[in-house]
Amino acid sequence: MNSSPSQKSGASRRTFLASTMVSTMTLTLLERQRADAATPPLTKDTAREPLRVTLRINGRDQQLALDIRTSLLDALREHAGLTGTKKGCDQGQCGACTVLVDGKRHLSCLTLAAAAEGRDITTIEGLSSADGTLHPMQQAFIDHDAFQCGYCTPGQIMSAIGCVNEGHAGSDAEIREYMSGNLCRCAAYPNIVDAVNDAKTKMQKA
Amino acid sequence: MRPFHYSRADNASAAIAAQQAQASIDKNEPSVFSRSQYLAGGTNLMDLMRIDVMRPENVTDINGLSRTPSGNIQLGSKGLWLGAMARMAEAADHPDVKQAYPVIAQSLMLAASAQIRNMASLGGNVLQRTRCSYFRDTSYTACNKRNPGAGCAAMDGVNRMHAILGVSDQCIATYAGDFAHALIALEAVVDIAGPNGSRTIPFAKLHKAPGDTPHIETTLQPGELITAFVVPPAPFAKRSLYLKVRDRESYEFALASAAVALDMDGDTVREARIALGGVSALPWRARTAEEAIKGQTLTDGVLQAAANTAYAESKPRGDNKFKVELGRQTLMRALREAAAMEI
Repeated sequence: MNSSPSQKSGASRRTFLASTMVSTMTLTLLERQRADAATPPLTKDTAREPLRVTLRINGRDQQLALDIRTSLLDALREHAGLTGTKKGCDQGQCGACTVLVDGKRHLSCLTLAAAAEGRDITTIEGLSSADGTLHPMQQAFIDHDAFQCGYCTPGQIMSAIGCVNEGHAGSDAEIREYMSGNLCRCAAYPNIVDAVNDAKTKMQKA
Repeated sequence: MRPFHYSRADNASAAIAAQQAQASIDKNEPSVFSRSQYLAGGTNLMDLMRIDVMRPENVTDINGLSRTPSGNIQLGSKGLWLGAMARMAEAADHPDVKQAYPVIAQSLMLAASAQIRNMASLGGNVLQRTRCSYFRDTSYTACNKRNPGAGCAAMDGVNRMHAILGVSDQCIATYAGDFAHALIALEAVVDIAGPNGSRTIPFAKLHKAPGDTPHIETTLQPGELITAFVVPPAPFAKRSLYLKVRDRESYEFALASAAVALDMDGDTVREARIALGGVSALPWRARTAEEAIKGQTLTDGVLQAAANTAYAESKPRGDNKFKVELGRQTLMRALREAAAMEI
């Protein structure tokens, strides 16, 4: 976890678990704590001061100033500038926002950015090698024409990597079942199954 | 989404203290309305907060409890320990769960999507709120679950997905979970920690029928936290399965489901456990159907009698009439398949 939060909010965050205050309902409590720590009196503006969150994205720590309500998806797209992760339904139904958290596929739209602090987040931008070589799953999606419009593709690829790593890509039927959380409105499903099968072999060799 | 205060806790007592410290626990509020909520996987809470159905002022992140016994899954002489912070996928993929309690593994694996199963905790799963579209849409005031006393738009609305068992004239919302039906069938117990200490209750006592108070969904008190489920060993646990019938093959809620567990003596049923999902307002054990097949061989006539008694109290309402026959057929098929299992 980030150990150098902003000067203004640092004391209260440390003394109050890892808390941040955005609700004006609880001003009194924060006011008292800040008084104890001899910080300047709280105003309404500082109560809504963004929370400093350090996210480890694609192996790199990034310190972001976020409203506590920010989802991991919005943190990635709007604050970290990583727009590869897509917003589809924003309610956990389409899978377009899939990222890996500690190696497991998660929906970034239903993840609170603050709750992702201290976890390893991998997005589509973090897959290729430094020399630009694509991840076997990315290459397989190209080779098998596993998309049309491409909007769901980053989520499909992240989910497909999770599917293989979790050991659930044993057969076409298993791939379809374990990829059911990723919708493709262009219905590229047969080609996606082919791509996963192909990349699975290459990932296992690697 | 409305602003809220966020804190983190690494163990149950810190979590409970955090909610109390925030001084918003109202003793008269049912826990689902509490202004303080625990955040685990977030797959239900974040969604409901975003659509303004749930409006907590204080959110305590309890993901740190994954590193306590609440994060463990363990099979021992006293049965199966399922920590409340274990994720759905961990339990669904656990070799001991799959082997000794197949109905539990299947109920989890057939639920949600791979992503959601990686995120969602077992404790949060049993507490998930209904997917009734009127409950989820705040432009309808008539929802007794959301606005007690406001009426029920589903009663004469679009109610194809709604419940036919355990309903009241105040609410026909379906309990959407699957895992809970496996737990109630296998007579699991729930460990609960709270401001007034710890307690253990039968899983069957966790949820409440809607009755006149559909907004009170569980017997949890504000600030209480589920820490684990314990499923006792039972001769019928191994011959068990979860059959889920739905509009699409995967990533969909049940139209009708059956959790069944059989202890067989040759062709005769020595003991049976049955729960019904997708059709009920709360986790639903079908005791009369269990009695109907106990000591019997599973002939077509016996199966039909069990299915009939299981759905005898059905109260279909408009679009969901089909669930009565679908539910019966689902139960009969589940029992046939369980009897045919090689164990």
